[in-house]
Amino acid sequence: MTETVKVYSRPKTLIDRPWHFCPGCHHGIAHRLCAEVIEEMGLQENTVGVGSVGCGVFSYEYFNFDGIGPSHGRAPAVATGVKRVLPDRLVFTYQGDGDLAAIGTTEMVHAAVRGEKITIVFINNTLYGMTGGQLAPTTLMGQVTTTSPYGREAKQAGYPMRVCEMISTLEGAAYVARVALFNPAQVAKAKKSIRRAFETQMQGIGFSMVEILSACPTNWGMAPLEACKHVENNLTSVYPLGEFKVPEGVK
Amino acid sequence: MKNSELLLMKGNEAIGEAAVRGGCRYFFGYPITPQSEVLEYLARRLPEVGGAYVQAESEVSAINMVFGAAAAGARVMTASSSPGISLMQEGISYIASAQLPAVIVNIMRGSPGLGGIQPSQADYFQSTKGGGHGDYRLLVLAPSTVQEMIDHTILAFELAEKYCTPVVVFADGMMGQMMEPVVLPEVEPVPSEKPWATTGMRGRGPNIIHTLHLPPDELEQHCHNLFAKYHQIEANEKRSLAYYTEDAEILVVAYGIVSRVARAAVEQAREAGIKAGLFRPITLWPFPDEALVNVAQKARKVLVVEVSMGQMVEDVRLSINGRLPVEFYGRIGQVPTPGEIFNKISQIIAEVA
Repeated sequence: MTETVKVYSRPKTLIDRPWHFCPGCHHGIAHRLCAEVIEEMGLQENTVGVGSVGCGVFSYEYFNFDGIGPSHGRAPAVATGVKRVLPDRLVFTYQGDGDLAAIGTTEMVHAAVRGEKITIVFINNTLYGMTGGQLAPTTLMGQVTTTSPYGREAKQAGYPMRVCEMISTLEGAAYVARVALFNPAQVAKAKKSIRRAFETQMQGIGFSMVEILSACPTNWGMAPLEACKHVENNLTSVYPLGEFKVPEGVK
Repeated sequence: MKNSELLLMKGNEAIGEAAVRGGCRYFFGYPITPQSEVLEYLARRLPEVGGAYVQAESEVSAINMVFGAAAAGARVMTASSSPGISLMQEGISYIASAQLPAVIVNIMRGSPGLGGIQPSQADYFQSTKGGGHGDYRLLVLAPSTVQEMIDHTILAFELAEKYCTPVVVFADGMMGQMMEPVVLPEVEPVPSEKPWATTGMRGRGPNIIHTLHLPPDELEQHCHNLFAKYHQIEANEKRSLAYYTEDAEILVVAYGIVSRVARAAVEQAREAGIKAGLFRPITLWPFPDEALVNVAQKARKVLVVEVSMGQMVEDVRLSINGRLPVEFYGRIGQVPTPGEIFNKISQIIAEVA
């Protein structure tokens, strides 16, 4: 007789519903990692997730905890309002690179400046996914998008924006890390970073951010595995992986 | 309700204290003349009562912090002045759509553009016709004294929670800056149940607050739901006052600071034997149209006075519906004197005599 043991199951912090994401997109993994960490930390009943506008707009349709759908780019301000009222809850935003690094730059930077005890999970796929693959501040040099049809050129659209490096200079930012999801080892590291970010918040240490380099096979015009290779070979050289700031309390 | 002794208070500070007494514990704002004293007062006062003051990096952020605090179930307020209120319009549209209670104070200054820092009433269209995108309405209260700034701020929180909607306290730079004797009421705010608030599940299923309705049917139904509520507000909350209108042949219509000046002008006209009266809307939306029509029964002409190029005059004309001529007198950057309005009344009465 062989006994069947269940070793892998859906976290109860994720609603049982098929993703709307394209095949090979990393958003599903990123959602799941947040959900797993919240479950493991026992915070399902004490979490308020703040979504964004972009491919992450439906996060509240998947997460099985309280959620808010804010306007484009304003999630860190909305999260600030929630956290000031409910300082003992886990409050995190889930934002793409258009939402966070373009229209929401102000809100993101000043949440860090204030040392707001929130966490930003930042999905960087180097373009605007939801609207069909337009140029973002994070687009790589030479990258062809629907609004950089000749490839990104410095004289026309400047240079890639390195959010973690910029945020790390701020005293209010306590935990800052950049991770990726292009292979299982990276996924495990990403989960550890999300855990550290949430712990930084729950210990009241300060602002935390995890940037996740993510594949967008549809808008990159690549097969899913090719898109993973693109993250590994081409994104990580512009956006180096690693922990930029780690507070004593979560080491 | 227990009241304080008579105190001398500046309008902006009075609003701050009224908010605290009305149960507001969270304020998010950005400095702008002529409303900065609201921030300064609450930055000092809120920590004393266990609340929080956050100085936002912009009015855009401030209104979104208000969104978050309201979603978390708090009694929350922001205050600004015209250009700052413009920056908040996006957030106000979202707060209205999400049906969150919040109070927004506008201490108006001259516009458009950077304009000036003198009093103005030129944001009437913005607040009453929908300054942000989409089908929504704001409840707008127009105080005319520092005492009313206090009373209307407390009322604004009650109405915001009663209808789960943003409420605007609509005043101007003169009222924000002037000092008047006031009585501070001892309010015992009744905490309202907010089972919809995103506070962490704590034994229930997930609460979700959002404004995205992609299926057309769902969006249409959402707008119908909003407007069912707005119709209820129209039925219940129209407020106005009338002075000397029983036999008035010339009816002056003015709100806020101008209504006080107009009242003095009407009294001067009465002393001169002119049958003048004053109608003062207190809610600008919903506009007290039936009450206006009722007091205009014997009037031969209507005169609207505003500190703008003429905005409320359109609602007066809609209410009067062509039955009477409606004239307009406006100043920019300054409140007209009683003498100016009296002269205008005399001129009009000479025309209709």
